[in-house]
Amino acid sequence: MLLEVENLNIHFKSDRSKNPIHAVRDLSFSVKQGEMLGVVGESGSGKSITNLALMGLLPDSSLVTAKKAEFNGHNLLSLKDKQWQKIRGREVAMIFQDPMTALNPFLSVQFQMVETIKAHMDISKKDAIDKSIELLSLVGIPSPKDRLKAYPFELSGGMAQRVMIAMAISTNPKLLIADEPTTALDVTIQKQILDLIKMLQERQNMAVVLVTHDLGVVSQYSERLQVMYAGEVVESGPTKDLISHPEHPYTHALLGSRPGALVDNLRRVPKTILPSIPGIVPSFNERPIGCQFSPRCEFVTPECQRSPIPIFESEPAHREYRCIHPIEHVVIK
Amino acid sequence: MNNILEVKNLNKVFEIKKFLKKSLSLKALSDVNFTLGQNVTLGIVGESGCGKSTLAKVLTQLEIETSGEIELLGKKYKDYKPREFHSLIQMVFQDPYQSLNPRKKAFDIIADPLRINTDKSEEEIRELVYSMMKKVGLRAEFAQRYPHHFSGGQRQRLGIARALMLRPRVLILDEPVSALDVSIQAQVLNLLLDLQKEFSLSYIFISHDLSVIQHISDKILVMYLGRIVEYGPRDEIFLNPKHPYTKILLESAPTLTVGKQTKEIPESAKGEIPSALYLPKGCAFSPRCPMVTPECLQAIPELLNKDNRLVACFNA
Ligand SMILES: Nc1ncnc2c1ncn2[C@@H]1O[C@H](COP(=O)(O)OP(=O)(O)OP(=O)(O)O)[C@@H](O)[C@H]1O
Ligand SMILES: Nc1ncnc2c1ncn2[C@@H]1O[C@H](COP(=O)(O)OP(=O)(O)OP(=O)(O)O)[C@@H](O)[C@H]1O
Ligand code: SF4
Ligand SMILES: [Mg+2]
Ligand SMILES: [Mg+2]
Repeated sequence: MLLEVENLNIHFKSDRSKNPIHAVRDLSFSVKQGEMLGVVGESGSGKSITNLALMGLLPDSSLVTAKKAEFNGHNLLSLKDKQWQKIRGREVAMIFQDPMTALNPFLSVQFQMVETIKAHMDISKKDAIDKSIELLSLVGIPSPKDRLKAYPFELSGGMAQRVMIAMAISTNPKLLIADEPTTALDVTIQKQILDLIKMLQERQNMAVVLVTHDLGVVSQYSERLQVMYAGEVVESGPTKDLISHPEHPYTHALLGSRPGALVDNLRRVPKTILPSIPGIVPSFNERPIGCQFSPRCEFVTPECQRSPIPIFESEPAHREYRCIHPIEHVVIK
Repeated sequence: MNNILEVKNLNKVFEIKKFLKKSLSLKALSDVNFTLGQNVTLGIVGESGCGKSTLAKVLTQLEIETSGEIELLGKKYKDYKPREFHSLIQMVFQDPYQSLNPRKKAFDIIADPLRINTDKSEEEIRELVYSMMKKVGLRAEFAQRYPHHFSGGQRQRLGIARALMLRPRVLILDEPVSALDVSIQAQVLNLLLDLQKEFSLSYIFISHDLSVIQHISDKILVMYLGRIVEYGPRDEIFLNPKHPYTKILLESAPTLTVGKQTKEIPESAKGEIPSALYLPKGCAFSPRCPMVTPECLQAIPELLNKDNRLVACFNA
């Protein structure tokens, strides 16, 4: 395993109450070398802060604990700032939703790329420039030599994201964390960027964690899928199985509420009422004792509300779900 | 008369002033023509910067057209008094966070259009506000809350309630569900479908999410760099697109089909959308078009009737 996380918990100190916010609870997952893990889930469910925790980038107001958080032989929880600098950007790199805010607007692409490359590799400026040109052409930027001289504001959103990817992969990282990398982009550009990430994953045998709110995106690109709800993983497994046979009622409802008859296996008649999930995600101070999804779940029973729901595993299929009435069984009943 | 809205040769040019330099003209809308029938949803799609929001703003007169004419219920825009105009056509914005006054309570947000545009008494207004809140699924006790106490979906309901208070005939919805979680999107789309039936509303629905557009629309208008490139019934456009841009757009859309990858984008269509400031001489899509022929570089293709839709392409 390249990355192994067991029982990750993230708390934030809160201004409003004595009790810290329990933002991520008992999150366990792993990523193999060269595979793509897709992460989807409700806004605020903890996708981004999990990634930031793995990069050692959460603010001081946070408390991160875990039974295990191991990446490429490093124990992520005991790293000092100095050690982080060696790993971050080198063995694990991250790209974000808004490439424009991640680039320094006052510095040319060349300056930023050369700095990044030289910070991690002992090479001359000239070699760093050559390498930058090579990377820019790898990520599909036309006339890379000229583009190198450009400033971020001269780039379109798609181009800026390509530059970010070029910088992220400049050190051949083992893991690329892509947090909503295409949410701000048009669909035709989105497809090009995702195809590019997929190509790099396969070519460099690089693992990828792809966070998105679009089930369509993960269904096409990731081998495995993890679904988050209110700070917990509610379901994970091979993408194909999970999408064709969701076990958790939240995944089931999420798939069901997707509009569009473009979706082959879920035919929707246009202009008809969509199956929707009533209600909203509970706020931190009204989190249920039992299943986090229970207030919105159509299969809820008193048992669901009594105590936290553990993770169940179905071994041969490598499926995991946090539900005592998984769908397949409900259907049989 | 069945056309609620009729848009004729609409153009919008922004003059971009550059310090000490000649100002530039940006053609955000060029020769836009379409009609909107009663009870019909017209879905508008197209890449960022193609003029969708500009069209929405011109239709609600937040921006004034450079040329062209718009008729609402058979009467020219310029012949309307503001009050009457605003009671017939209203807009719902993308960002429920930014489009609501944070210092106003939900009740006042919903009540204000009535206070400004009608002579109704506070008593009548109270009644109308509460019944509208009920209709859009907001509980009565929410009336005294401020927008920041609402979730994204609730804020969007608030925006919709406000837009409906004057009983408009047309609602312009600019990315109304884009900022919402998928599970909440379905709630808001259902609400819009319900309200359309109940009030015989016509919608202009802008979204970059093709699955949302396909679900909610009766007709589709595809734009590219300020021009309509294809316009017709939903199923014609989705199942049998004719314009090369529409085809690429639909092929790029992520679908839930596991394993089956979408088609590779043709090499020529990769890369970026040209700027609306420097439009190509011929067809605006020609630099990216896999079907481009010499003729495309010479003239702008007209929007012509073909296979039950209008399409602007020499080779469609
Ligand atoms: N510095 C912080 N202090 C307190 N709470 C925080 C902090 N950062 C994040 N949170 C809270 O932690 C929760 C998880 O946030 P996170 O950004 O991981 O959500 P997400 O799943 O990435 O959502 P989205 O899909 O909207 O990006 C949120 O409720 C957020 O408000
Ligand atoms: N007030 C303005 N002044 C100058 N140019 C403008 C103005 N408003 C819009 N534009 C330009 O007009 C063009 C169309 O913009 P518009 O906002 O309508 O695009 P859009 O299709 O809504 O894009 P998006 O999908 O990103 O919302 C763009 O090139 C934009 O930069
Ligand atoms: S545990 Fe109960 S409430 Fe939770 S998802 Fe399963 S059935 Fe629904
Ligand atoms: Mg996030
Ligand atoms: Mg817009």
